[in-house]
Amino acid sequence: MSSSLLTIENLEVFYGSIQALKGISFSVNTGEIVSLIGANGAGKTTTLRAISGLVPNKGNISFAGQNLNVVPTFKRVSLGLAQSPEGRGVFPQMSIYENLEMGAYSRTDKAQIKTDMEMCFELFPRLKERLSQMAGTLSGGEQQMLAISRALMCKPKMLLLDEPSLGLAPLVVAQIFEIIKKLNKEGMTILLVEQNARMALKISHRAYVLETGRIVMQDSAESLLNNDEVRKSYLGI
Amino acid sequence: MQDFIQHIINGVSLGSIYALIALGYTMVYGILKMINFAHSDVYMVGAFAAYYFARFLGIENNPGIATLITLLVVAMVCCSLLGLAIERLAYRPLRKAPKLNILITAIGVSLFLEYSGQVVFGADPKVFPEVMKDFVLFKIGDVELKSFDITVLLVSVIAMLALEFLIFKTKIGRAMRAVSSNASVASLLGVNPDRIIAFTFIVGSSLAGVGSVLVGMKYPKIDPLMGMMIGLKAFVAAVLGGIGNVGGAVLGALIMGLSEEMVVAYLSSTYRDAFAFGILIIILIFRPAGLLGKYSVEKV
Repeated sequence: MSSSLLTIENLEVFYGSIQALKGISFSVNTGEIVSLIGANGAGKTTTLRAISGLVPNKGNISFAGQNLNVVPTFKRVSLGLAQSPEGRGVFPQMSIYENLEMGAYSRTDKAQIKTDMEMCFELFPRLKERLSQMAGTLSGGEQQMLAISRALMCKPKMLLLDEPSLGLAPLVVAQIFEIIKKLNKEGMTILLVEQNARMALKISHRAYVLETGRIVMQDSAESLLNNDEVRKSYLGI
Repeated sequence: MQDFIQHIINGVSLGSIYALIALGYTMVYGILKMINFAHSDVYMVGAFAAYYFARFLGIENNPGIATLITLLVVAMVCCSLLGLAIERLAYRPLRKAPKLNILITAIGVSLFLEYSGQVVFGADPKVFPEVMKDFVLFKIGDVELKSFDITVLLVSVIAMLALEFLIFKTKIGRAMRAVSSNASVASLLGVNPDRIIAFTFIVGSSLAGVGSVLVGMKYPKIDPLMGMMIGLKAFVAAVLGGIGNVGGAVLGALIMGLSEEMVVAYLSSTYRDAFAFGILIIILIFRPAGLLGKYSVEKV
């Protein structure tokens, strides 16, 4: 039995008087890929924002045995929590190299940072070719690669990926999901938020289905892929 | 022709003073998306800090490099502390408030400094310490390079190069640019935005401190309202260059300084301020994002 790295209990988030999350609970174990799938507005991104502390929330979030509720956003990264945010969030006026350096902002192990950067270039050789190019001039796929690499530069225990497939050509999506799978094989724990349920379920171990702020289904990814309701609502079959 | 070159030198010297102050507006705007109207009064306080400190040390009639450097350091330190205090006490509590609230607060802080300045320092002008003798350093043909202009140029270029290095070559500079571009993503990566914002106020205010001593040297009459006009012009310079853009602020300030000098030289000194604000109106009509600014679509 693997241990739970991230545990969420009764998470609630309000935007003004609108309740975006109505008390959800789930967990991610070390070494897993877990997906949150659901339609637009189901609360997937809000969940990630709450885990990073970007939105005020009620309920319990604990990570690696530590209660996150009292930890400000900017300190969560040194606990081992890195996020590739919705819409990629690369710094457009900075070069690829500087974006990656920003990923290593809270680290002090200089030699290791170099090695980790080389590792990112191995995953995404295209980044290395354009090291001094401004991130804003990259294509959507390249920006997504950069966002994931930047998160890896935080040297996280767990990656939070928000819609890595958003707005990308199918071929690029396949490429990026291949890398996500590879990262997981090498030991990275991943929480993946996706609208592209099919792609997400194919590489995940388990998944939760969100609907208007509630978890309505949870199972292994394989059974969800074969579940009639999921097939009808989210896979379009 | 010689006259013309002389005016260029004077204009660049005036422009680099505007630049030092414009940089403070543009940096704070870049990171907080607000116009810090109190910035020009921070500049004023810098001049008074230098004035009182020089009298305290008894060096008000002791022109020379040592006096210049001492007063620069004093003004920079005092301005930084004041900028930091304003940010901490007036702006930080309003971080999540609507932008208009923080803008009105800035105007309030500005008025507060101007009028408490009149109470504390007195409303009558004071004579700034003699920082340096003004003499002709060298002559090329009939063009005179005077020690004031050279000092102003030298000090502002050093200050701007230091700023350039800070913003583009250091880790904290990178964090400043990151917060300015997207504060929440920066915080996801471990940057504490409050710390970076405070640091930005320190840097911007200390540049205003440098400007205050240079102006005090060149135009040695200081009073609690001295920041108003120069602050407005520096603000116009920042808008002209593209507010939020550091290079733009310097470019805008040089254009302002040069055109003001030319208007005074070839038209009439009566029009110098009208010209400055005429530039503002024209730029707002034809290129609202400024010369080096980029149009950005506000996302909902």
